[in-house]
Amino acid sequence: MDFTPHTPDDVRAMLEALGMQELRELFADLPDAILEPELNLPAPLSEQEVLEHVSELAAKNAPAGKAFLGGGQRPHFIPSIIPALVQRGEFLTAYTPYQPEVSQGVLQAVFEYQTMIAELTALDASNASLYDGAAALAEGVLLALRQTRRMGVVVSQGVHPEYRQVLATYLHAVGAELRTVNLQDGLTPEMEFGDEIGAVVLQSPNFLGAIENPAPWIEAAHAARALVVYVADPLSLALLKPPGRWGADIAVGDGQPLGNPMNFGGPQFGYIAVREKLVRQLPGRLVSQTHDVDGRRGYVLALAAREQHIRRAKAKSNITTNAQLTALMGAMHLATLGPDGFAEVAKASVARAHALAAELIRLPGVELVTPEPFFNEFALRLPRPVQSVRALLAERGLHAAAPVSQEYGENIALFAATERHGDSDLHELVQAMGEVLS
Amino acid sequence: MKRDFPVLFERSRAGRRGTLPPAPPEVDLASLLGGDNLREAPPRLPEVDELTVVRHYTNLSRRQVGVDTNFYPLGSCTMKYNPRVNEAASALFAELHPYQDPDTAQGALQIMYELQGYLAEITGMDAVTLQPAAGAHGELTGMLLIRAYHESRGEGEQRRVVLVPDSAHGSNPATASMAGYEVQEVPSGPDGEVDLDALRAALGPQVAAIMLTNPNTLGLFERKILELIDAAHDQGVQLYYDGANLNAIMGWARPGDMGFDVIHLNLHKTFSTPHGGGGPGSGPVGAKAHLAPFLPLPLVKREDGRYLLDYDRPQSIGRMRSFYGNFGVMVRAYVYIRMLGAEGLKKASAMAVLNANYLRKKLAEVGYRIPYDRLCKHEFIAQPPGGLKALDVAKALLDYGYHPPTIYFPLIVKEAMMIEPTETESQETLDEYVSAMAEIARRGLEDPEWIAHTPYHTPVRRLDEVAANRKPVLRWRPEGED
Amino acid sequence: MNVPADRKYTRSHEWAKQEGDLIVVGISDFAQESLGDVVFVEVPEAGREVEAGEAVAVIESVKTASDVYAPVSGKVVEANEALADEPELVNGDPYGAGWLFKIEPSDPAEFEALLGAEDYLKVIEEES
Repeated sequence: MDFTPHTPDDVRAMLEALGMQELRELFADLPDAILEPELNLPAPLSEQEVLEHVSELAAKNAPAGKAFLGGGQRPHFIPSIIPALVQRGEFLTAYTPYQPEVSQGVLQAVFEYQTMIAELTALDASNASLYDGAAALAEGVLLALRQTRRMGVVVSQGVHPEYRQVLATYLHAVGAELRTVNLQDGLTPEMEFGDEIGAVVLQSPNFLGAIENPAPWIEAAHAARALVVYVADPLSLALLKPPGRWGADIAVGDGQPLGNPMNFGGPQFGYIAVREKLVRQLPGRLVSQTHDVDGRRGYVLALAAREQHIRRAKAKSNITTNAQLTALMGAMHLATLGPDGFAEVAKASVARAHALAAELIRLPGVELVTPEPFFNEFALRLPRPVQSVRALLAERGLHAAAPVSQEYGENIALFAATERHGDSDLHELVQAMGEVLS
Repeated sequence: MKRDFPVLFERSRAGRRGTLPPAPPEVDLASLLGGDNLREAPPRLPEVDELTVVRHYTNLSRRQVGVDTNFYPLGSCTMKYNPRVNEAASALFAELHPYQDPDTAQGALQIMYELQGYLAEITGMDAVTLQPAAGAHGELTGMLLIRAYHESRGEGEQRRVVLVPDSAHGSNPATASMAGYEVQEVPSGPDGEVDLDALRAALGPQVAAIMLTNPNTLGLFERKILELIDAAHDQGVQLYYDGANLNAIMGWARPGDMGFDVIHLNLHKTFSTPHGGGGPGSGPVGAKAHLAPFLPLPLVKREDGRYLLDYDRPQSIGRMRSFYGNFGVMVRAYVYIRMLGAEGLKKASAMAVLNANYLRKKLAEVGYRIPYDRLCKHEFIAQPPGGLKALDVAKALLDYGYHPPTIYFPLIVKEAMMIEPTETESQETLDEYVSAMAEIARRGLEDPEWIAHTPYHTPVRRLDEVAANRKPVLRWRPEGED
Repeated sequence: MNVPADRKYTRSHEWAKQEGDLIVVGISDFAQESLGDVVFVEVPEAGREVEAGEAVAVIESVKTASDVYAPVSGKVVEANEALADEPELVNGDPYGAGWLFKIEPSDPAEFEALLGAEDYLKVIEEES
């Protein structure tokens, strides 16, 4: 099955229009030495066969819809209207909205998304989305370095380790210096910054789940005329004081908790929001309201002169394709929950996580590593190696105890709970943990 | 006078509710989270009922065209049909957590492992990473592999320049800059191909890499590619293949066999995954053996019949993305490759090239200028007749129910219209499109006022981009708020 | 094409005019015309030391962004702040209110070596 509509007669007629007899003639400009390699691929399948095959592969996975695993990805409930609406072919099969007259659907949806992200973060402007939280962090830091014309970056160890790894890759490429400040008792210590530092990065709730007091870092950063990049789980912003209110200049994060399935880690979307003075430094697409020749309101891609297709080697970033459809799912999620529903989901998630932590720390040898207050994820030190605990739980059909990198200490596991976990789910995990650890 | 289409926030009424979550447990948030940490006022999200949300987005979608609604020959973007079976298959893997025990995700890891192998086979590369989230992300990954390779040989300091043809996608020079390189443009010759003499003159011990698209952005196969690559390799220069145009040659030739050292692919172009109005995509990178040690962490490998994530790669450039990449997109591409097989991929490219050449010929017959009028691959460049502007032809096409081609690119052709029909369009569709293009040209030349003000029948007409760029309005605000 | 004789020009279409000890810099009428509607101007910070030929400002239209090069070396002493709100001044009055920045030159000979109006007109003719 190859989805081409050409009948043998069509092919003959079209070749004839070109004065050709054979399809091979279409490739006459390729060197003979490399022409028509034998590709060793499995035999073609029909739709029915491929779905059967893929279903068999899917059956080799244990779905984690009730996972207690954290790390910025969690099972949250996704209202039914989201998959239904986002699968509309007009959204699904459009390219980037280069022709605004026939792309008002995507453009307006992005404009509304930008508004929602600005509201969540209490900052002035959001772009149309980036690949994921890690790329958003890297782009946020590069933005800060462009603006400050400095090459030093300080990042708290409280930032997701995979995000920091991505940041290190990006910064090495441009020759910037990255310094990591270790957590003390699970929190980012206060410190001062030198005048070579252009960007200061912290995450709250941090990777271990603790809610940081970002005020001292932000004050110290601004005293050094550095910009603050604040990593925030968007769900936490339903309840917690937003980055803009703390004084951060740039907020970034991963949109998975907003209406996106975990998908084994992707795709979801990254968000970035900034203060007004940084708008022209933003990477990626931006949508602006405007009007048409008849005076009707409409939307266009704006400030394109920042972007690679115009600015080429001097572009703010090389990004083109971002994560529009998954960001749209985030916007739909916020739209249908509204401010109250969004807060209720966050509240349920917090309540379940705290209830779970209270039960688990009663188990012998289990110790809470995350200082209070924490949000909906927390870290425990376990009396046994974490990988084996996770494996033993998996044998019981439970997904919990995500192994935390050694840099945070020995035998530390990350847990999370969300509105999808009822009392019986919590109970089941606590009981299984008791058995596994005994 | 039509009314403005409302912004969702304008439909908001205080206290109105959409989807209702279960009532949360009663807890004291101030004591659990710390009173000083709480948000003072909730974010101002729209307060709307569920039907309003459904109607809003459904009606927005009706103000949008996609491949599902219209012929979409947007050059360089490969807007082929996105099979729905891809969506169905991908949904089977939605509830997998990236940190669950890999033994409980063997099916997902198997798909990744096999897809790595298929893509290596199709491109003629030795190893593939699936981690990059889009084409430009793959480009950056590929260029960092090259950089790490030169550094490992002690030539990192010396090789500071990346050569890019003047016809290249803008993301190529932007990527080279992000990878810490200086960019030097190489001119195209009068035949539209890279000027081999100019390229030879630019080569030297200071050059790290050449970034090429083949077929290039004019849709032309670089006929001297083998010679060109030999000349570069002789000087220790690495060859980067921008896979945006791979749809032209699947099963007919492999970049690896041409001599390229590294390649990125766009699964959302060549391998039929939907573009979603601007992503999410996926940009796997293939590398020859000498670059493979530098691929990002982790790769999927197979050991004793088990699939696992390999982090033990000391020479790796590090991570490019959190977790393992856009897995959901990989499933879609995997399904596509399994359905087409080797013969299907080869046929898809043949039909893509057949459609492009047919359209090139037919448009020339109705008066469009073809600046490089020879056998093209999956796309070609046309120019409007008689001094018409590409922009005006594009806008007129909107009223005829077509998405316009890419315009004003590549930069080396004036009034360029870059047309890529793809293999999933029928001869009738192409013939009807040619009729529309002929009529637009005729009417536009007869009545310049008419074409200058097209489109007339779209949800909005030509928009004031100058105002949007001088004083951008990037978010909605309630009336009266600054 | 308007090319006033009271100032000097560059091949990259900047103009430079002596004003006391300073050199005022802008872009020519020809340059603004070919750029189209200017939507944003990024001017250099006062105090920045620049070399002749260095890219120091950026002029953006909807579909293009063009670098502006310092015609002479020296220190930027002032930038035209009015352009932040009214970038269209570059289109409307390129030789007056649309000026970009002022340089305190470090080598007076550089200014003398720039193109006169007649030579610049030839440059325009070659390009159009």
